[in-house]
Amino acid sequence: MDQFTFTIDGQTITAEDGMSIMDAALANDIYIPYLCHHPDLEPVGACRLCGVEVDGRPMVMSCMTPAKEGTDVRTNSPAIYQARKVAMELLIMDHDMDCLACEAADDCDLLKVSAYLGIQPEQLEGLRPLGRQLPIDDSNPYFQFDPNKCILCGICVRTCNEIVGLGALGYINRGIETVVGTFGDKGFVDSICESCGECVVRCPVGSLAPKKPQLAAREISTICAYCGVGCGIHFGVRGDEIVSTRADRESPANRGSLCVKGRYGFNFINHPDRLTTPLIKKDGQFVESSWEEAITLVADKLSNYHGEEFAALTSAKCTNEDNYVVQKFTRAVMGTNTIDHCARL
Amino acid sequence: MEDKKRTILICRGTGCESAKSPQIQAALEEKVQGLNVEVKFTGCHGMCQQGPIVVVEPEDIFYAHVKLRDVPKIVESHIKNDEVVERLVYEDPTTKEKIPTYHDIPFYKRQKRLVLRNCGQIDPENIDDALARDSYAGLGEALKMEPVEIVAEVKKSGLRGRGGGGFPTGLKWEFTQKAAGDVKYVLCNADEGDPGAFMDRSVLEGDPHAVLEGMIIAGFAISAKQGYIYCRAEYPLAIKRLQIAIEQAREHGYLGKDILGSGFDFDIEIFHGAGAFVCGEETALITSIEGNRGMPRNRPPYPANEGLYGKPTLLNNVKTYANIPLIITNGSGWFADIGTENSKGTAVFALTGKIANSGLIEVPMGVTLREIIYDIGGGILDSKEFKAVQTGGPSGGCLPESFLDTPVDYDSLIEAGSMMGSGGMVVMDEDTCMVDVARYFLDFTEKESCGKCVPCRIGTKQMLTILEDIVEGRGKPGDIDRLEELAHGIKIGSLCGLGQTAPNPVLTTIRYFRDEYEAHIYDNACPAKQCKEFISYHIVDSCIGCGLCRRNCPVDAITGEQKELHHIDQELCIQCGECYEVCPPKVFSIEIHTGEKSTEPEPVLQVVTG
Repeated sequence: MDQFTFTIDGQTITAEDGMSIMDAALANDIYIPYLCHHPDLEPVGACRLCGVEVDGRPMVMSCMTPAKEGTDVRTNSPAIYQARKVAMELLIMDHDMDCLACEAADDCDLLKVSAYLGIQPEQLEGLRPLGRQLPIDDSNPYFQFDPNKCILCGICVRTCNEIVGLGALGYINRGIETVVGTFGDKGFVDSICESCGECVVRCPVGSLAPKKPQLAAREISTICAYCGVGCGIHFGVRGDEIVSTRADRESPANRGSLCVKGRYGFNFINHPDRLTTPLIKKDGQFVESSWEEAITLVADKLSNYHGEEFAALTSAKCTNEDNYVVQKFTRAVMGTNTIDHCARL
Repeated sequence: MEDKKRTILICRGTGCESAKSPQIQAALEEKVQGLNVEVKFTGCHGMCQQGPIVVVEPEDIFYAHVKLRDVPKIVESHIKNDEVVERLVYEDPTTKEKIPTYHDIPFYKRQKRLVLRNCGQIDPENIDDALARDSYAGLGEALKMEPVEIVAEVKKSGLRGRGGGGFPTGLKWEFTQKAAGDVKYVLCNADEGDPGAFMDRSVLEGDPHAVLEGMIIAGFAISAKQGYIYCRAEYPLAIKRLQIAIEQAREHGYLGKDILGSGFDFDIEIFHGAGAFVCGEETALITSIEGNRGMPRNRPPYPANEGLYGKPTLLNNVKTYANIPLIITNGSGWFADIGTENSKGTAVFALTGKIANSGLIEVPMGVTLREIIYDIGGGILDSKEFKAVQTGGPSGGCLPESFLDTPVDYDSLIEAGSMMGSGGMVVMDEDTCMVDVARYFLDFTEKESCGKCVPCRIGTKQMLTILEDIVEGRGKPGDIDRLEELAHGIKIGSLCGLGQTAPNPVLTTIRYFRDEYEAHIYDNACPAKQCKEFISYHIVDSCIGCGLCRRNCPVDAITGEQKELHHIDQELCIQCGECYEVCPPKVFSIEIHTGEKSTEPEPVLQVVTG
């Protein structure tokens, strides 16, 4: 890829073809404030915070503007600061600022940009709180959507379109009434949303947030146990309990994505009903047994059947290798092709 | 004289149609049977307040406010006996003078109708009528030219975009012509949405072929095969007539394959907009045609390079296209001779507000606001004082009296803090509160913001909330500075033209009428005596005790014996103004006071200590 140089705030930067000004800046540890930009998504230039001057031309959006050889980019000037300050003050006045009660308080981009711009409470005097009281959608079992905290960056909408390919989310209404919503403004649970949570992890504020999240003490990297795809996953662990999940962006299998089961379906691990040993029914009662006893019992019984008397149904939670062995066993040992796989996960 | 061939033209624009002009046409047709008279309908004449309008040719007699019951009189008196029906002749609202002939009416006399050349003259549903007035002559000539020559002509003419932005049309054509790509599109922006504006609608309803012809020439010039007209669904009559015009143009070989034997293929479809004001913004319009929610996107890339479906796209306003055939037929030099140095041709305005003659007008660029308002518009209604004129619709600005001699062209209006816009012109008199005007326009833009970018979505709402506070008595010191700061932030920060221009009404009213803002905030006064929070009604000594106000007061706030001075209980009064309206003009004993509340003594709090 061709490389070229240009300057940001007087500093010479090397960039590659196709990079936006913001890409190049961030790659060189130069911070430009933003809220609607996300490295996984196409830029839209909606938050209007990342404006820069290019060769003296004021306010082009650095997320949307390709870096160009030899240009002189300024990330700050009185005019740019003023535009950012106004945009930020407007966002704050339209936002539910009950930060203590917010799930995103420790990782909120709105607070970060506000701190960067040095917004002080007293400078908000004279602005009118727009304080809308919209109902929270908590229909989804895993996450909730609070439109009062939404900054309409559109990251969730673009995530569902561009990464998930589902298009469950869009915009409803116009002007200040604009909200993110599902088709027909039904709750998440009644929409085509698959609850994968890709939007939730990308929400820069606490608008889309997991229900009852717990902060992990440490992370363990592993492979998701649900299916044969083998997604890379980081489990957040607290003591001996898994309390959170995070997709592995480096994993070639999932490249940072997870499905609803991988992301939210970990409660079974510590569930009291979970089977930890094989059970054998004796005198009408399930009795705990050893693996050896259980496998011997199954093998003994199977030896009485052959061909069409036998069928196998395997699980997608097994690895591909396990499933290969089961079908081999079914065909070669049991003498039948009657084998299927749940694959309905 | 019965054998003299006459033509009776009945206006069937949207305004006149709603006042029963189709029935009038039917009645006329019935009544003139056997006479040497042709009855036909036309598009809008522009003076809708005078409708339904009936014109009799060749005498050029202009009948206004014609009702169904007037039909026999017109036929008996005028057609059969050559006697003009004096009662129905146009009466100048200012001078009360009767002016029978169409072209002597001051409203029309000062106009130069190029874009509106056929409106009110031809039957828009009959292509033969249009052809008789040289429609598609420009296309015939254009097809003999090289596309680069056409673009050069348009460039030389100096035509600028009539949608309001004023971008040089020829340059846009050149960019699109030069853009790489086999598939290109021609789009016509007919998503006219400014409150009170109906210029594009009138052209589409009155002369749809002019727009089609302009688009076909554009298609030939940029090598496009497909055109779309994005017309708002709220214009059913325009859509119907466009559809008829498209079909007739296809039948005559002006649209479709191998147009006029030139080998050039081009067709046009109508796309119905769903009513969002922001879809008049070019990128939002394109997004809408693509089937998505009409939200603007950042430029560049410009539509000339990446437009509809990512292909090079030429997008112009209805009136821009309507100018094209004239430029091709008469030459760029002819067009460039009209107007000012940097604004060529004519401007079409929907003149409205507190003005004697409201309606659609077309004037050469460079005439002054004063000429438009006083010579064409007939001045302010009811002999009131002129206060301000708003141009450019909700994105424009309010200009005070000192700007009345400003020439109307793109650059002068921008310099004054307003803009040409797509052509709304609202005239305000002394009774208009300028803070309330700003609030009104912000209320519109705030609701029509698409919601995508922060400054426009939240900023317009924030400004609107402050303006509402000011007109409702909750204004605070510092509000004016805050409004200005917000306005500049929104102008520089917004993504598209809607947000970038939405603060204009606020900025211009602060710039030119700052004292009114200050009066609201600091003196509890509304100088125009409009904002209810700041006014009170009082009955003065001239009251004759007729009791009209007392009987009409909806909240029984007025007391007084017959033939005695009446009194308004300020506690009960809701400032509806009913008493002011009903008090006989000769008596005129109701006064409106403002700025008095601050003089009322504050209740004294007594601190009692043990």
